[in-house]
Amino acid sequence: MFRIHEAQFIAPDVKRFRIEAPRIARKRQAGQFVILRIHEHGERIPLTIADSDVGEGTITIIVQGVGKTTHLLNRLEAGDAIQDVVGPLGQASEIELFGTVVVIGGGVGTAIAYPTAVALKQAGNVVIGIVGARTNKLLILEEEMRATTDVLYVMSDDGTVGEKGLVTTKLQQLIDEGRQIDRVLAIGPIPMMKAVADVSRELAIPTSVSLNPVMVDGTGMCGGCRVIVGGESRFACVDGPEFDAHQVDFEVLRQRNAIYRQREQHADAEFQRDPTKDLNAAHACRLTETGNG
Amino acid sequence: MAEPLPKKDRTKVPRQPMPEQDAQLRAHNFTEVNLGLDEAIATREAQRCLECTDPKCVQGCPVGVKIRDFVQLVVAGEYLRAAAKVREDNVLPAVTGRVCPQENQCEGACVLGKRLTSLAIGNLERFVADYERQTGQIGLPPQASPTGKKVAIIGSGPAGLSCAGDLVQRGHAVTVFEALHEIGGVLVYGIPEFRLPKQIVRDEVDVMRKMGVDFQTNVVVGKTVTIDELMVDEGYAAVFIATGAGLPAFLNVPGEHLAGVYSANEFLTRVNLMKAYDAAHYDSPIYDCQDKEVAVIGAGNTAMDAIRSALRLGARSAYVIYRRGETEIPARAEEVHHARDEGVQFKLLHNPVAFLGNDRGVLNAVRLTKMSLGEPDASGRRRPLPVAGSEFEMPIDVAIIAAGTGANPLVQSSTSDLKTNKWGYIVVDPATMQTSKPGVFAGGDIVSGSATVILAMGAGRTAAASIDQYLRES
Repeated sequence: MFRIHEAQFIAPDVKRFRIEAPRIARKRQAGQFVILRIHEHGERIPLTIADSDVGEGTITIIVQGVGKTTHLLNRLEAGDAIQDVVGPLGQASEIELFGTVVVIGGGVGTAIAYPTAVALKQAGNVVIGIVGARTNKLLILEEEMRATTDVLYVMSDDGTVGEKGLVTTKLQQLIDEGRQIDRVLAIGPIPMMKAVADVSRELAIPTSVSLNPVMVDGTGMCGGCRVIVGGESRFACVDGPEFDAHQVDFEVLRQRNAIYRQREQHADAEFQRDPTKDLNAAHACRLTETGNG
Repeated sequence: MAEPLPKKDRTKVPRQPMPEQDAQLRAHNFTEVNLGLDEAIATREAQRCLECTDPKCVQGCPVGVKIRDFVQLVVAGEYLRAAAKVREDNVLPAVTGRVCPQENQCEGACVLGKRLTSLAIGNLERFVADYERQTGQIGLPPQASPTGKKVAIIGSGPAGLSCAGDLVQRGHAVTVFEALHEIGGVLVYGIPEFRLPKQIVRDEVDVMRKMGVDFQTNVVVGKTVTIDELMVDEGYAAVFIATGAGLPAFLNVPGEHLAGVYSANEFLTRVNLMKAYDAAHYDSPIYDCQDKEVAVIGAGNTAMDAIRSALRLGARSAYVIYRRGETEIPARAEEVHHARDEGVQFKLLHNPVAFLGNDRGVLNAVRLTKMSLGEPDASGRRRPLPVAGSEFEMPIDVAIIAAGTGANPLVQSSTSDLKTNKWGYIVVDPATMQTSKPGVFAGGDIVSGSATVILAMGAGRTAAASIDQYLRES
């Protein structure tokens, strides 16, 4: 059982959780993720660790409600517990003194990019942030990103916050202005990451993206998260989740992520219609909590 | 209770068959195929034992179960004592009674088998273990007084559990670390419900909890904590690595990334561990097999488990595609027989050269080549060779790759001074299971490569004996 210390919405349907997981907090590095299962009948889903507090023994995750499991998770509160949390999984982000790094976060991808932006800054890089959101209400972690970057550009699809336009518009603009860029990290929806890769490929600026394929165990056992990078099959759970953006086959990733789409939509609709059963199962965790982690 | 038969009459009793669920019925459910012996059949079978003075069956058993003794206790109607007798050497009797390839081990060595049919030792083992479970009177083996020494076991599959059982009996404090959320390793993620009900694994694990074994789920050693941290910071005096061979092999042919192509590990994990077959109650999805054409590539036990699961998920046709011939099939004869009875079709001497999909990246066919057998290869089996010009396409909706597994590098790559061979398996002294790192032992599939439950358990026992000696000397 992994107890939730704090749970707070930071945007509509986007919630930040602090979860008791002392072993994971001790080991976690920027870029790594956990896999969690809310209750006995739940599925296992991967979520990037946004932050950790070793002293307190907690990790932070930021969850966007996109399907049944994340919608259920976002209904949990401080004092509730999650049945299983395992990690930290995957390789840590590559952190070096690159020079100037542009960190791009799209939507909830900003939550995944944020810890790596912090680590890049601590390593002495000049960090330029570009965060994008569809609209002002969906913009997350603006303050945190502002505090960790040398300069932060906010982009929105509808112009309700920051500049109107895509994150790639801003990246292209920086390139056109002759800004020296030594590296790019882009995390967000697949079309955004692909668009960033297309822009930075022109100038051969080394670019990383963090991939989010379907996973089960997260330890290299099932191969369900295989992605094609440089023409070769790689397992995102153990070889990634970050890969060279210029080598990733985004189309295969998109197609593989759609494998269970129908089933996922059905499960989410059923849950929205009547969440009682799952909420009860999740709350049973609270009643039987024994506390380890 | 029955009287022992006179020796001359014992060979006149035929081997008692295992009652099975009807093949047509069972092909559509996940309930166990083998139904188990009743007392009358078990007694009749046990009476066939010749009570050899030098029982070959015991030598044939990788964990050395005292087979002659427990079988005679069955004849005497002392079922609980028989179960306790098995448990002295085997912590998972209800499991091994179901999944051991007895024909290659105890039963393969049985003297009766030389001229007649061997004693049904596996079925008898299952009978006494089930009897014991149903009465709830588990005969816990005696335990030595606590030594104050802590041992960490990495992986809760057969090797880890067997090692844990022996070490806790010798008075050591044993903690088993498991990466997944459930204890049992391949017993819970790999072997399907219809061959090994998960409740049986849970019951056996509960017995081990009663013996004092501490189980910690959700700990990926190599990630959550390293071996060095366990030994230096957490005070474990010895470590046993039993992580299995969990890395799925793919065929490296075009189209393997298509939706509908699975590794057997993923397919079975979704079905067994995540219970995708019970979609009404569990959230993990699996590709819809209802009325679909499903093929498994490979013909080992894992392939049989996967294709028989697909059949139960509603597959219209279920195929085994195997590049060698009938006599080379690596799966147990019983599994192949069960699969055929249920309607699985075997396409022998065929090999995939590509998987083909539609414009949405969804599998719809496999391109196969016919094969012929040439000279024996390194494995001693005749090498399969493609027949030129024989390629053709076969429509399929789901393909499951069961072409073997390799060593998962998570533990090895995070541990200093741990020697591995060129395939990534851990190198040990086979007599002691000692690795190149002091205090660290390893056994099971992570040393041998893919093998069987019982061989892993045998390795766990060997390691337990040397860990015990190591702890007493250190």
